[in-house]
Amino acid sequence: MAKPKKNIIRLDELDMDFAEAVAKAGGEKINLCIQCGTCTASCPSGRRTAFRTRQLIRRAMLGFRDEVLSDKDLWLCTTCFTCLERCPRGVDPTDVILALRNMAVEAGYMLDPHKRISGYFVKYGHAVPINEENRKRRVSLGLSEIPPTTHKHKKALDEVQGIVKKTGFDKLIGFRWEKGEE
Amino acid sequence: MRYAFFLGCVMPNRYPGLEASMRSVAEALRIKLIDMEGASCCPPPGVVKSFHESTWLVIAARNLSLAEALNADATTLCSGCYSTLKEANVILKGDPAMREKVNKILHDFGREFHGSIDVKHIVEVLYHNIGIEGLRNFVKRPLNLKVAVHYGCHLLKPTRYRKIKSSERPRFLDELVEVLGARSVPYRDKMMCCGAGGGLRSGSPEVSMDITKEKLENIKNAGADCIITPCAFCHLQFDTGQVEIRDKLGVTYNIPVLHYVQLLGLAIGLEPEKLGLYNNAVPTDFVIEKM
Repeated sequence: MAKPKKNIIRLDELDMDFAEAVAKAGGEKINLCIQCGTCTASCPSGRRTAFRTRQLIRRAMLGFRDEVLSDKDLWLCTTCFTCLERCPRGVDPTDVILALRNMAVEAGYMLDPHKRISGYFVKYGHAVPINEENRKRRVSLGLSEIPPTTHKHKKALDEVQGIVKKTGFDKLIGFRWEKGEE
Repeated sequence: MRYAFFLGCVMPNRYPGLEASMRSVAEALRIKLIDMEGASCCPPPGVVKSFHESTWLVIAARNLSLAEALNADATTLCSGCYSTLKEANVILKGDPAMREKVNKILHDFGREFHGSIDVKHIVEVLYHNIGIEGLRNFVKRPLNLKVAVHYGCHLLKPTRYRKIKSSERPRFLDELVEVLGARSVPYRDKMMCCGAGGGLRSGSPEVSMDITKEKLENIKNAGADCIITPCAFCHLQFDTGQVEIRDKLGVTYNIPVLHYVQLLGLAIGLEPEKLGLYNNAVPTDFVIEKM
């Protein structure tokens, strides 16, 4: 007789403290979830993908730590906050997702484009920095060629870079100061 | 009326036409905008906050401290920037322990968050401080346009940090459009997200584009002449997004996209050049010709 596929989940393979950790990381009310599915029904990403907010929260509550944090679907939330506004239990699902994303990044799961944007932010103080085309466009509109931000003020950029070093954001995204990129 | 003008990233670095329109309109309405020299990225609620919340909070606090130093409430025309600055301001004002932690870092750079100012989206300034009747007095060129109003997400939500009680059926942006003589047309899933936020535009461009396409389809079916947004990032998503959808999916919409401030500028008689209307990816000629 063929061996049945393993579809039994062993409790000792789950992280029973995970929901508590998510709560501490900002998803305080995760344990209030009653699995009604209002979040999933309200989700603009869930409409067209396999992303299911309810399922994500259930898995997190059950302790599927690695599965949840490594799941790329975690990054399909647009942070539109519709589920947060509608949740009848006040779970604040978007806050749970943001907490899970912070934990995922900490655990080393970060999408490459997000590393790139974060690198721009560290390098320029702008997640979307100026480019040649828009310098010209600014001048043609009668604006200063460079906006009066960290782009213009070196000291201000130094401050922002000093702050991200203090909070450890540069290390978190693997920013290499000598190369000036992530 | 004087406000510290927070620029952010998308407006000055991708759609400077919006910055030009904001400066022209503010001048015409006698709102004094003061530049926040040395401000940075807000940083974005769906991106940097998704990665490392404490970095998000300290950088937001630094930006707020720049407005505090100018002794002026901060304003912005981007809902992402608004969301970050508004929320960080409320959080830090209400949590002394957190404020102390943040200030411990800011002190090393000669900055401090005091909690002495408020943050207002330009739409809030227009609606609450100038008011519908106040704006009516400025209208010189009533607009004969059918407008699809897009509220977007971060102007409204989460409501716990904002003045409004519900985000489900707001009217204020429709009222702001209608006082200019334009008609706000109803369309399916009007309150849906533009698809850009949460790191989706960069991280999952196909899904992001698909959300935008659904909105564009609904707006087209409603027969709207143009889309109005209150946000620089929604503006980019709908405008640049139409080019991306044309190139990648072969579907052309050609629906002009205007920030509310640009629409207001047209109605109060400012020239399209001053409002950056010729700097969009999708031409706005159709809207200008209807003047």
